[in-house]
Amino acid sequence: MKRIRQSILGQLVPGLSSLPRRGSAGWITIIGFVIVVTIVLMTLLAPWISPRDPSRTDDRVIAIPPSQGFPLGTNHLGQDVLSRLFWGGSIMLQVAVVSVLLCLAVGVPIGLLSSYAGGIPDKVTSLLMDSIYAFPGLVLAIAIAATLGRGVVNMALSIAVVYIPSYFRVIRSQVLTIKELSYTEAAESMGAKRRTVISSYILPNVVPSIVVVATVNFADAILTAAGLTFVGLGVSYDIPDWGYDLVNGRALLPSGAWWVITFPGLMIVLLALGFTLIGEGLSELLNPRLEQ
Amino acid sequence: MPLLDVASLTVVYRAKRGNVKAVDDVSISLNKGEILGIVGESGSGKSTLGLSLIRQIPPPGVVVSGAIRLDGRNILNLKEHEMLLLRGRKIAFVFQDPMTSLNPVKSIGAHFVELLRTHEPNLKEADAIQRAKEILKVLGISAERLSDYPHQFSGGMRQRIMIGLGVALNPDLVIADEPTTALDVIVQAKTLDLLKRLRDAYGMALVLITHDLSIALERCDKIMVMYAGQLVEYTRSKDIQDTPRHPYTQGLMRSIPNIELTDQRLVAIPGNPPDLLNLPMGCRFNPRCSYTMIHCLDNTPLISIDEQHFVRCFLYGG
Amino acid sequence: MFSRKTEYVKAVDYIDFTVMKGEIFTLAGESGCGKTTAGKLILRLIEPTAGKIVFDGIDITASRPEELRQLRRKMQMIFQDPYASLNPRMKIGDAVGHPLEIHESTSETEKRERVLNTLAKVGLTPPAQFFNLYPHQLSGGQRQRVALARSVILEPEFIVADEPVSMIDVSLRTTIIDLMLDLRSDLGLTYLFITHDLAVAKYISDRIALMYLGKIVEMCDKNEFFSSPAHPYAQASLSAVPVPSVERKRKPVELKGEVPSAISIPSGCRFHTRCSYTTERCRHEAPPLFERRRGHWTACHYEIDFQQGIRLHDIDYGNKP
Repeated sequence: MKRIRQSILGQLVPGLSSLPRRGSAGWITIIGFVIVVTIVLMTLLAPWISPRDPSRTDDRVIAIPPSQGFPLGTNHLGQDVLSRLFWGGSIMLQVAVVSVLLCLAVGVPIGLLSSYAGGIPDKVTSLLMDSIYAFPGLVLAIAIAATLGRGVVNMALSIAVVYIPSYFRVIRSQVLTIKELSYTEAAESMGAKRRTVISSYILPNVVPSIVVVATVNFADAILTAAGLTFVGLGVSYDIPDWGYDLVNGRALLPSGAWWVITFPGLMIVLLALGFTLIGEGLSELLNPRLEQ
Repeated sequence: MPLLDVASLTVVYRAKRGNVKAVDDVSISLNKGEILGIVGESGSGKSTLGLSLIRQIPPPGVVVSGAIRLDGRNILNLKEHEMLLLRGRKIAFVFQDPMTSLNPVKSIGAHFVELLRTHEPNLKEADAIQRAKEILKVLGISAERLSDYPHQFSGGMRQRIMIGLGVALNPDLVIADEPTTALDVIVQAKTLDLLKRLRDAYGMALVLITHDLSIALERCDKIMVMYAGQLVEYTRSKDIQDTPRHPYTQGLMRSIPNIELTDQRLVAIPGNPPDLLNLPMGCRFNPRCSYTMIHCLDNTPLISIDEQHFVRCFLYGG
Repeated sequence: MFSRKTEYVKAVDYIDFTVMKGEIFTLAGESGCGKTTAGKLILRLIEPTAGKIVFDGIDITASRPEELRQLRRKMQMIFQDPYASLNPRMKIGDAVGHPLEIHESTSETEKRERVLNTLAKVGLTPPAQFFNLYPHQLSGGQRQRVALARSVILEPEFIVADEPVSMIDVSLRTTIIDLMLDLRSDLGLTYLFITHDLAVAKYISDRIALMYLGKIVEMCDKNEFFSSPAHPYAQASLSAVPVPSVERKRKPVELKGEVPSAISIPSGCRFHTRCSYTTERCRHEAPPLFERRRGHWTACHYEIDFQQGIRLHDIDYGNKP
């Protein structure tokens, strides 16, 4: 365990500080980071920076456009769009975090063990994973969420199930390569136990890919959470949530109230974009083109 | 006038971490029919030098100074379409890895015919096939195999096919980059024999790039020893064998096992090959040399010991 | 899921040899002859399909994983590619110390002490500096020394070295080889040295076995191998090795064809398709590895005079020395 911690920290810190020097890929990663961190901070600090109570309804100011007092307008219940913007990312971020944690907790061990062990268990697991992977993600997520019911954990669970096969595949392809390299053979010839080989020799070298998949997972989770909420499978209606605002905003669109759907929508896209940029940037950095 | 006259060629790779002088001030003079061996270890620049002779240096490498004259004409000044006419016709390059240099979906007959007809558009297909068969005969491959595909040949045969393609147009100069590294020792000997036979038959000049000094001594008329991008010694093979002047050359001679000797005392060259991004000041071999002097911190000039023997070392002047 | 007819490749076909304590036994041959597979089989990194491996008097062929793990203390392996044999995420100090972690319970300080000692022993000085470096910060030669350090830290008895210098610059090879020789005298090691380079084999070996397509074709003392080989393949290979000499004394032997694919091994004597001395018998009858003279084993039906290029007489397999 110590080695895993060592390797992740050991790479992360020097890695982060060297980003500006790494060219365009570094900048993409930095921009992604900035976006994500800003939004996260905004959400965490919502109780203090939000100008109004996002859930407070007011019949007098229903669906008014951006104006003084309501910089981004109000929705059909008279709630301030701007305040809802500050508060609304919370659910989505929670869902994303939980789903990524679930994926890591389940997908990584399965991926490692299955591909290292090989044989029939590996074939069966791969088959299972490929079957799940073959389903259109959102559809499957909806099916699972509908079965499980509402709640952050249930949403996270349905997203995790859809995403675990991606982790599995990425890890598997990496492990299969690393397994053949001499340093793994060397570990085996030293008499290292299987568990040691996997944890000290294979896992640390697979971590970069896991990080990339996780960031893309985050982005996808955000979008899927929004999607689930949009079709009515989100968390309770009382809590401010961008996904739910999309539903409301859509209803108001024909009457010309564009601001209700647009701003939450933008935030969702921005958050997903942030994670995607981090993922893309890291992917470039961790798999650099070989220079002469 | 020599066939190939390279004058002070310098090739630099512009990398993010810094510029690497892969080839630094190298000059060559090669006549028709001569065999030159370019010997060097990893990082010596020998492959880059070879590729620059056909102007196929991979990016981000660029030639920054010097001239490459083929029959008096500086090929560095030619436009790409003019260069295309030269490649294959006047200069041929045989790559190191025969596995990936042949097109897997084309029969070897197709390789030859395409090559011949590209450079001689008036050649009829039937005549091209006939020429291809003749070349195969010289290579020692049965003519019936013209319709076979690359994967149906062994590594050694593919290398011979590559060589055959190289000499098909009867070029004046053939450059072979480590042509035998991937082959077993018997096939290696046969391949090198083939190259010599072709040279004897067609009279072309041959540049053999290798890390194996024994091969160079056995097969080449002249040898150029490269170290960290520089030419450190250039002379007849016999002189390299009998009187190697540069400390690196001497070190090389002392460190290679000779299968004909028993109870050999081998001596390694101390230290490590230089980091091309962090070259030592002055002579690049300086940190590993037993004869090092204060002078050696200056840039070392190329000294001429006799009209055919050149050494880049302060021990001999400067 | 669907069954497929699998063609079997006998990478190593019934090979039989003994390595004496303290000697350097070389397994030589071209790529694909099975020498690397043989090395891994001995350490049971690959499972043998048949046969026996006896180490120090103990039959280890069927040893269970726990016993095997104990044995791994005494038998180690060094690999060909210095760039792939070290875990890129492990510091040198941790890599070299890992065998200690696996097999012995030593304290951190003692472990560090022993690692530093071993690093010094392989010439990586100052050891404390190398301790904290990562593989990508070292050159190929240095990495190979680390690999050596890692394999000797537990003071094993036997090391299988698979082409340890093939990927290292020519001028540096002898440093590694001399280091291996020093470690032998220092620690009383026995080596199985695997290589395709006969010149290197001559420099380092005590005894040599030459392999061709999965079988040993000649096995004898080093000096006999290089001065009077009996097998045509050995003789041809030796004459093809480049020599740093401008006036080459020997003419290379014209050997027909190339090594056949391991999937379709020739009948009879595997070498008959390329041999200049083939007879009808060679096509049908595979020669056994026979001890012609004491300690000199050859797999050929005939005694051959290579100077004159003629077959002299049949080998009488009943007549053991």
